[in-house]
Amino acid sequence: MKQAIDVSQLKVDAATRQLVTASAPKKMSDFDKNALEEAIRIKEKLGGEIVTLTVSSEDAKAVLREGLAMGADKAYWVNDSSLQNVDTWGTAYVLAEMVKKTGEYDLILCGDSSLDSFSGLVGPRMAEILNVPQITSVGKVTVEGDAVVAERSLEDASESVKAKMPALISVTREINQPRIPSLMMIMKASKKEIVIWSLKDLNIEQDKISPRTEIVDVLAPKMERKKIMITGESVQEIADKLAKALVQEGVIGRK
Amino acid sequence: MSENKGVWVYSEAYDLSLELIGKGRELADKTKTELCAIVIGNNVQGKAADLIKYGADKVYVADNATLETFQAEACLGILHDVAVTYHPETFLIGSTRNGKPLAARLASRLSAGCIPDCTRLNIDEKGRLVGERITYGGNAFAKITFRTKPQIVTVPSRAFEKPEMKDHTGQTIKLEFQVESPRTQLVERKPLATSNVRIEEAQYIVSGGRGLDKKDDIAILEDLAKVIGGQVGFSRPLVEDRKWSTDWVGLSGHKVKPKLYIACGVSGVIQHVAGIRDSKIIVAINKDPEAPIFEIADYGIVGNLYEVVPALKEALKKQLQ
Repeated sequence: MKQAIDVSQLKVDAATRQLVTASAPKKMSDFDKNALEEAIRIKEKLGGEIVTLTVSSEDAKAVLREGLAMGADKAYWVNDSSLQNVDTWGTAYVLAEMVKKTGEYDLILCGDSSLDSFSGLVGPRMAEILNVPQITSVGKVTVEGDAVVAERSLEDASESVKAKMPALISVTREINQPRIPSLMMIMKASKKEIVIWSLKDLNIEQDKISPRTEIVDVLAPKMERKKIMITGESVQEIADKLAKALVQEGVIGRK
Repeated sequence: MSENKGVWVYSEAYDLSLELIGKGRELADKTKTELCAIVIGNNVQGKAADLIKYGADKVYVADNATLETFQAEACLGILHDVAVTYHPETFLIGSTRNGKPLAARLASRLSAGCIPDCTRLNIDEKGRLVGERITYGGNAFAKITFRTKPQIVTVPSRAFEKPEMKDHTGQTIKLEFQVESPRTQLVERKPLATSNVRIEEAQYIVSGGRGLDKKDDIAILEDLAKVIGGQVGFSRPLVEDRKWSTDWVGLSGHKVKPKLYIACGVSGVIQHVAGIRDSKIIVAINKDPEAPIFEIADYGIVGNLYEVVPALKEALKKQLQ
């Protein structure tokens, strides 16, 4: 479960094209919320225990509490200042070590991508490190005995795929509509446990998770559009003006 | 000091693999190295020979009857073998729904870095490979480079041009490999019913957003699309909230780059804009003069789409006659 920057509230410094990320509001990455919702639905049917795993060098308590209020039983959080420059390699490595330390599990559910960086790499990397089957781009999950059956959407087809558990599933936004916790659930969640670990608690050497990639810069795109507003006395006149402009642009014309 | 060399490309999607060859050729020439392609499948010798004509110096072929359809573990095993045997400097892997997780897994198996969904790739003045990708929900482009090798990059479809077939020469090499056994079992595969060309390929797109009142009104957009020989697209709310379609245009949906994109009743949130940014000309029709879509449009009309779109259809018909 990632604490992500709420990209819809991100501001850009027009002069430098830099993003104002430091003061940007944070929230639970929306795909991860779908993953947690799905876990809760599976638990409602089949029982079991749900734990959430979060890797963040920043204060992620509010997001962890929200997960607990939705229905997770326990939250694990690796909070370590040396995670600041971690990339997908390191994040997945730490998550995999967390999974190992928490013990036995049946199913790992994660978001297909995160709201802010939108890489879609951490889930598959994690499954690879844990050496468990993985199914990505999942819009529907069913647990059948010791196996999980998932429907995934590809560019040109949809697939139904079965994997023996333990397995990892990464879900898309379409899978469900996450619940909004009631006041009662929020109050109940305040008694649930948040376990905080450092890298040392997981016996992870700093070197092991050193970033494989390096950000050169992050800049808002230049939008060089003409921004010509077409006006006129009547809809017909406006439409004619636009049609002529499109012909002049060379995008519309007789072949 | 690096022993890693060569630009290596792989995609299970043939068209995308050609686009990777086009870009890979450019990167290989700039860094004075070889361009190698990997082909995995059944009876793929013909394809392998074609990849040379498109620009590959060497094509490594894993040809086996069991590889008729894409298998994640088999591909992963083969790519991993290649990495361990030949020490590529750079991998370009097609960023499809199957290709991206494959790249991610390969990267972790090799303790390597991966930059996903690069829409631009260049060698900078320091000789580093720099990938550019959309991030923060379309609010920014991040330029990222590597600290370690191999460097694994995934590239979405249509980010780069498909090269011309030339009389380039090279060699095909048969890979010796063992098929890694699958970890998942395919229960059923249903091809998506698409009568039209895929929207990524469309040259003309008329898209609808929340300004449309009801599903039947899509017909208005279809009429306009028909006149210009285009396709209809949707913004995310029409798919997620109203379930009018299964696919939307936007960063998290289909990224498009038509000659002409006509947005009808689309407000233009950054998520949508990030998916249409590469369009040649963007037209916006919206009744709200404050709609952000006008900020990124070439031509804007403030008005009721139910009046403007049919009028535009007639006006374009006249121009095309």
